[in-house]
Formats: sequence, structure tokens, C-alpha cells
Amino acid sequence: MLEINNLHCKIEGRSILKGVNLKVNKGEIHAIMGPNGSGKSTLANVISGHEDYEVTKGNLYFKSNEINELSASERAHEGIFMSFQYPVEIPELTVTNFIKTAINETRKAKGLDEMSSREMLKKIREKSSLLDIDSKFLSRSLNEGFSGGEKKRNEIFQMAMLEPELAVLDETDSGLDIDALKIVANGVIKYSNDDNAVVVITHYQRLLDYIVPDFVHVILDGKVIKSGDKSLAKKIEDQGYDWLKKEKK
Amino acid sequence: MDFKEKLLDSHLAFEQDVDLLHPIHKYRKEALKRFEEGGFPSKRDELWKYTSLASITQKDYHLSPTTDSNIELKDIKKYSLNDIDSFKLVFIDGVFSPFLSKTTHDGMDICVLSAAISKSKYKKTIKKYFSKIVPEDDNLSSLNTSYTKEGAYIFIPKGIEPEDPIQILHFATGNQNSIWLQPRNLIITESNSNVQIIERHQSLNDHKVVTNSVTEIYAENNSFIDYYKIQNDLLSSTLIDNTFISQEKDSNVSVHTFSFGGNLTRNNLRFYHKGSNISSTLKGLTILESKQHVDHNTLVNHAKPNCESHQDYKGIFSDSSIGVFNGRIIVEKEAQKTNAFQQNNNILITDKSKVNTKPQLEIFADDVKCSHGCTVGQLDKQALFYLNSRGIPEKEARALLTYGFANNVLESVKIPNLNKKIKKLIASKLGVNLGFDL
Repeated sequence: MLEINNLHCKIEGRSILKGVNLKVNKGEIHAIMGPNGSGKSTLANVISGHEDYEVTKGNLYFKSNEINELSASERAHEGIFMSFQYPVEIPELTVTNFIKTAINETRKAKGLDEMSSREMLKKIREKSSLLDIDSKFLSRSLNEGFSGGEKKRNEIFQMAMLEPELAVLDETDSGLDIDALKIVANGVIKYSNDDNAVVVITHYQRLLDYIVPDFVHVILDGKVIKSGDKSLAKKIEDQGYDWLKKEKK
Repeated sequence: MDFKEKLLDSHLAFEQDVDLLHPIHKYRKEALKRFEEGGFPSKRDELWKYTSLASITQKDYHLSPTTDSNIELKDIKKYSLNDIDSFKLVFIDGVFSPFLSKTTHDGMDICVLSAAISKSKYKKTIKKYFSKIVPEDDNLSSLNTSYTKEGAYIFIPKGIEPEDPIQILHFATGNQNSIWLQPRNLIITESNSNVQIIERHQSLNDHKVVTNSVTEIYAENNSFIDYYKIQNDLLSSTLIDNTFISQEKDSNVSVHTFSFGGNLTRNNLRFYHKGSNISSTLKGLTILESKQHVDHNTLVNHAKPNCESHQDYKGIFSDSSIGVFNGRIIVEKEAQKTNAFQQNNNILITDKSKVNTKPQLEIFADDVKCSHGCTVGQLDKQALFYLNSRGIPEKEARALLTYGFANNVLESVKIPNLNKKIKKLIASKLGVNLGFDL
């Protein structure tokens, strides 16, 4: 589904990714771990098409098509979703209107009619109850004054509504207490199936206890230096990254 | 002959058409004299520092254009709120169109100024109010006064609250190229009355037109006025809108100005307080592109205690458009416990767009609350990316952020149909169809 070949990227002239290779197939859950500043969030942003990140070398393929030149909204239309580490507050735009616009713009791009209000409402009810989201919450301005937990739940709610084929979750667990973490993880598990894929970016094993990955990759200094199964995450939790740094040398 | 001279010379011809014995004629004469002495404002005038009329006043214009009587309802329908059966005053090239208008003298007067001037029963009212708050040092207003002939006349007696908004619609047909129009509106709301008014100036084709309009509004004790100016004219048109508002005690006047169209628009909006417990609201939303230029020049003169004023102007500027905001607040010594608020926020979409914003506070009382703030920024890039990443394309994402930015100006529009219409205008100005109300 997603294939990244020798990806190099720069932001403000600084090299961040220095040859990332990654292959994610349908039905798989991948975890990406790594110390601060290793390039994890950059990778998420590059996959989503953030314009500030300049791809200097390498290719991104999604469903066998090169997507290097696609804009962020075009990538979203193709089925890529990123859950933001820091969701942006947008005043005067309600969660409901935001999600309606997002869904209908995606449908428009695919040549489909707008979703009927009834259908939309039904879907909103279904997905919001899944994430334990109060209906009052839906008429509030997007992320404005939301707690850390509310923001992250809202991200997963958007994912559930948009039903992307690839979901990249950038530190979705940060700032969550254990109850909120369970709700969020549960939302991801419900979403995950044989036709889609999840890439979880995290610092901690904690989230991976709930969202169990098929593959774990470690990014260090802009490169995937080690891949393995879920036991790799356990080992990092126990031993940190030092042994990997040494191994690299 | 330059245009100023033409204006002075043509006044003789103008006088042949008006009643020289009417008390207002001396106002015309005096005003003409002031205009003769002062001429058009130039950039040397402090209040015209950022807006030049030179390229406009150096051209020649028809002063009394031949009018096109073939204008039908279908030609102007889209510029008015037609879903309501309201009173309407429609002017075509400065001439009243009874056929397209709906006037009344039943319980209130919604008619034309020329009628109010010519009929003896209005003489007292005209004498009491006409040109009483138009500042003598404002040369463009003086020019308008000197040529006073036609416009809206609205008189709402004590305790009357017309159900629907009253619409004042000025159309230019441009039968002749380059016309100069000078409508004069007089609005009086007696005590405990309540009225909503919508004003619009619109060209029906792209012949050059300059409108130098003066509106005088007198809000008596405890009266409520909600005034909306829709400025969405063609790029061939220039509007100089001079609006002067006199408020008596306990009155409440709000003016919303929506500036989306026109080549050059200057809004001189001045509030004068004559009693205590007054509330004045000035709100503006400006969305410009290409080489459009809009200048909001406001004044709130707090002269009495316990009054409040609230100014909130927002601007979004693309291409090489230019915005000016000059907001003056005067708090006189007597005006204790004044609460005056002023805010001007701007977003520059492009490097070439420009904003000049200048708050001016002159406070002579010691127990007052005055605040002002202005910002010039850009649309939040991270917010744009966030919306993009959810499948909302660039243009639509910009529009959503623009709505969010503009919303506190829109939310106080109390006429639901007008609110919808303005949102549609914004959507079309931004080139999007979002299909829902925010």
C-alpha cells in the first residue's frame, strides 16, 4: 500500500530524513519508534504532503502510484490520513462542519455526490459514541479549548469518519491518561481491518500494548536502522536506544 | 476646464431645477462656497494620507446623466432582498424609480428627499435636521450638500417598529460613460422606534461611475437603528460614503459595512453622542483582491457620560489590494464612564497587498475605559495544512479560515436572509461553494 524508497528530506535547509525505506501492506500495523529528533514526525508530515518539507531524493508510492507531487488534500483524497501530534485549534469552525466539509470535499474529488445530512448525522453519532464523544463537543469550535485527551480523541474520531486506507498516527498517545489511551486505542483497533493499514509513531511501548504492531521500526538520525516484530518495542522499553546506537557504529 | 471648475460652473444650471426659496438652499450655497475654497481632499490632508483621489478627480464626469428608464425588476432583483415584502427606495442614476420602489406615508414616511423638500408639511422637520451634523470642514460632504436634490427620506415616528428592513438601492446604468452621482439620504428615528436599513450602491454595467454619497441619521431617545452597507460593486466604480450619525440618550445604533467590491471605496463614518447611555457599534468586513482599495475612516465622538462604543473591523487582502483603517475616538471631558473599544485585524494573503491601520485616541475625561488593538498577519499555515490533510483543498481551506476570522462581524447581522446573502457573497468572492452555513 505504502512504499517509501530511499527518502531524503530537508526542512529550512536542514537534512532530516537521510534515506528512509519502508513498506507497509494492507492489513498491517506498523510502529515507528525512535528518540527525539530522529525524524519520526518528519516522516509523518512528508507522507501527508506538508509543503514545508522538501523531498530532495527518493520516492513515495501509495497504492503503486508515485505521490511525491501530490498536495496534502490530494493525498487525503487518495486515502492517507495523519493524526496530528499537536492538532490545530480553528476558531469558529465546528467539529461537525469541519468533518462534513472534509468528507464532502473528498467525495467531490472522487466524483461522488455529497453525503446526505441524514447519513452524515447517523455516521457522526455512530463514530462519536465509539470514542465516547459527547454530542455537545461536536458543536464546539475545532480543538479550541479542548483538553489534550479531547484533541486526540477528536483526531481518531476524524479518522473513523474519513475511513482512510492508511492512517499515520503521530504520537497519538502523548498527553493521554490511561483511560483516554484505552478509548483512543480501541478506536484504532475498531478501524483497523484487512483492507487498511496503520502506522503508529510513538515513544512508548504503552500504546503498543493495546494496538499490537505486526512490525516495529526504529528510526535513528533520519534512517530506519532496525526493523523487527513487537519484541523490538519491548527491548527498547527496557534498554532504551543506546544499544542500537552502538550497533549502528 | 478641470472637474472642480465644472462642478462650480454647473451649479447655476443645477439651481434652475430646484426651489431657491427653500430654507435648505442657503446650505447648498454655503457648502458650494466651502467646496470652492477647499476643493477635493489631497494626500496632504491628515485624513486622506493613505487614499488618493487624484486619479479620480482629474477626470471628467457627467453630472446629470440621462437615465435609462428600461431597467426592470429582473435587472436589479439579485441586488435586493426579495424574499421579504419590504419598503424599498430604488434610484437609477440618481433618479427615483417609483416603478421599482415601494414607499409609504402610512404611519411613517419612507419616500424621497425631493418630496420631503418640496412639500410644506415636511418643512419643519427638514429645517430641524437637514445638514445639522455634516462637518463643515469635510469638502466632499460640502460638495454633496451643494448639489442636494434627491435621495432617501425616512422618518420613523415615536414607538414605531417597521417589521421588515427598509432597502435603499442606488443603481448606475452607465448609459453615459463616467458619471458622478451625489445621493443624499436623511433618516430620522423618533423615540422608542426601531428600524433596520440596508443600503447598496450598484453599477449595472462597467461604465465608470463615482458616487459621493451623504447620509445623515438622527437617532432620538431610546431608538434603535441597525444599518447595513453592502459594498460589492463592479471594479469600474468608486464610492465615497459619508455617513453622519447623531445619537440622543439611550439610543442604540449599529452600522455594519461589508466591502467586497468596487475600485476605490472610502467610508467616512462618524458618530456624535448627544446624550447619556448611548451604544454605538461599528463593524466592518473587507475582502479585497486585484487593485481594490478600501479606506475606513471612523470617528466616535463621546460627549456625554455612560456611553459605549464598539468598533470591530476585519480585512482580508489578496493580490495588490490595499486597506486603510483610521479609527478615531474622542472622549470629551464630560464623557465620564465611557467604555470605548476598537479592534482592527487584518490578514495579508499576498506580499503585494498592503494595510495601513491607525488608531487615534483623544481622551479628555479621567474615568474611562478605552481599548484599541490592531493586527496584521497571515493565515495560519499550520491550520491550512491541518485542513488540507483532511482533504479540504487550498481554496476551501482558506475560505474556512476566513469565515472563522470574519465570524464575529457576521454573527451580529440580525437579518437572517441578509446574513445568508452576505455569506454567499463571501463564498463567491473567495471562489468556493461550501454548501453549509457556519
